[in-house]
Amino acid sequence: MKHLRSIDELGHDGLVRLLNLTQHMVEVNRRPIPKVPALRGRTVVSLFFEDSTRTRLSFETAAKRLSADTMTFSVSTSSVNKGESLRDTVETITDMGVDAFVIRHKSTGTPWQISEWTTASVVNAGDGWHQHPTQALVDCFTVREALGVERFDGLTLTIVGDIKHSRVARSNISAFSMLGAKVVLVAPPTLLPPDVAHWPVEVSNRLDDVLARTDILYMLRLQSERMAQGHVPNLREYAELFGLDAKRVAKLPTRAVVMHPGPMNRGVEMLVDPSTLPNSLIHQQVSNGVAVRMAVLFDLLAGESSAANLQQVTP
Amino acid sequence: MGNIVMSADDVRRAITRISHEILERQQGADKLVIVGLQRGGAWLADAIGTAINQIEPQAGVPVGYIDVSMHRDDIGLRPVVPGAISRISFAVDGSTVVLVDDVLFTGRTVRAALEGINAYGRPRAVQLAVLIDRGHRELPIRPDYVGKNLPTHIDDDVRATEAGVVITNQVAP
Repeated sequence: MKHLRSIDELGHDGLVRLLNLTQHMVEVNRRPIPKVPALRGRTVVSLFFEDSTRTRLSFETAAKRLSADTMTFSVSTSSVNKGESLRDTVETITDMGVDAFVIRHKSTGTPWQISEWTTASVVNAGDGWHQHPTQALVDCFTVREALGVERFDGLTLTIVGDIKHSRVARSNISAFSMLGAKVVLVAPPTLLPPDVAHWPVEVSNRLDDVLARTDILYMLRLQSERMAQGHVPNLREYAELFGLDAKRVAKLPTRAVVMHPGPMNRGVEMLVDPSTLPNSLIHQQVSNGVAVRMAVLFDLLAGESSAANLQQVTP
Repeated sequence: MGNIVMSADDVRRAITRISHEILERQQGADKLVIVGLQRGGAWLADAIGTAINQIEPQAGVPVGYIDVSMHRDDIGLRPVVPGAISRISFAVDGSTVVLVDDVLFTGRTVRAALEGINAYGRPRAVQLAVLIDRGHRELPIRPDYVGKNLPTHIDDDVRATEAGVVITNQVAP
């Protein structure tokens, strides 16, 4: 595997390999000096055409903790404003000598397109509504650590909210299913994708019906522009039907965990202060982000996946 | 088939001797810590730690383990797959660290461990204990405590466990 573009491309074995590797990186991050020389001399460029706080910063921190050099491409100050095409931008950066592109773009499939134009590895940090594989790795790792299990057989993951426009949901459905979890989607019909019948999931329109059998409650962010687009009548109705309030928290089994990929819309999908929840994993999701991205960069540039990239040398 | 160069009893006696030598050199067990190199050195570090704590029952010498794969100098030349996770749950600053490995060969793993241990702090001194020194060093690294010096061919395979040490010649039958 030269690229990490989707969970399905990664496959079950790759998923387990990266989750195990993440455990090493967690230990590295706990050291008094949390830095290893593993990727010395490698260059990682982050190419973000959409806004991001945690994904971009955690990729950059991850690269630096592995001693890679980092380049940050900020669209607003680049030659994209002079009309330079994506292809020319990628080829220009490739010519400078980079080993990995970390890319976020509003269009589905951009990472696949870019991997045609460069010899470097490509990591998908979110393409449109399609995939966000490192977020799914973060979420699987966080659940693995919190529940102390390697596989999710017998666990039910309930994803609530705007499934249709969510790359996080698509990547998580693949990843959690691969590890054996049952996935239930809860959303108004307007926020479900038309092809949901072909997905390995159960669908419900009533959150209250599924809470009692939920082990992992995953709240998605409702983007306010969805209201303008007519997907939901108004935010208060959405909050009433699909928001997590104290009454709904009480309906969850006591050992159930609550997750959210951030950024959170307090008062819409999250009506309780998550810091008051007994089993919120939201902070762990952020803190595990760096270790997961270290594992991804290490695997692509130095680990098992790098075999295809390495020059032939005598041992 | 390989040749048995140390029996289980030989290994046990070597561990006892090395443990005494460590304590003698340090004049006790004050600020002494044992760090085994994952994975081959982990069992030997456990054995040396146990022996030292039997000789000096008040010492309470801690044992840790370090995985050096991310400090290796051949990253980028071959795929690196980390072994077991590092576990060093004690302070390294100011202590005497005895690195422990089963077989000392080129010295590259030890070099990586010397670098790796610095991420945990600044030891007062670092020493090296190995069960087998098989020669063929590629770096200026020398062990402080040796179970057995074993001249080998560079292609030989040396396996060291609690049950004994076996050398297999890959070239000649």
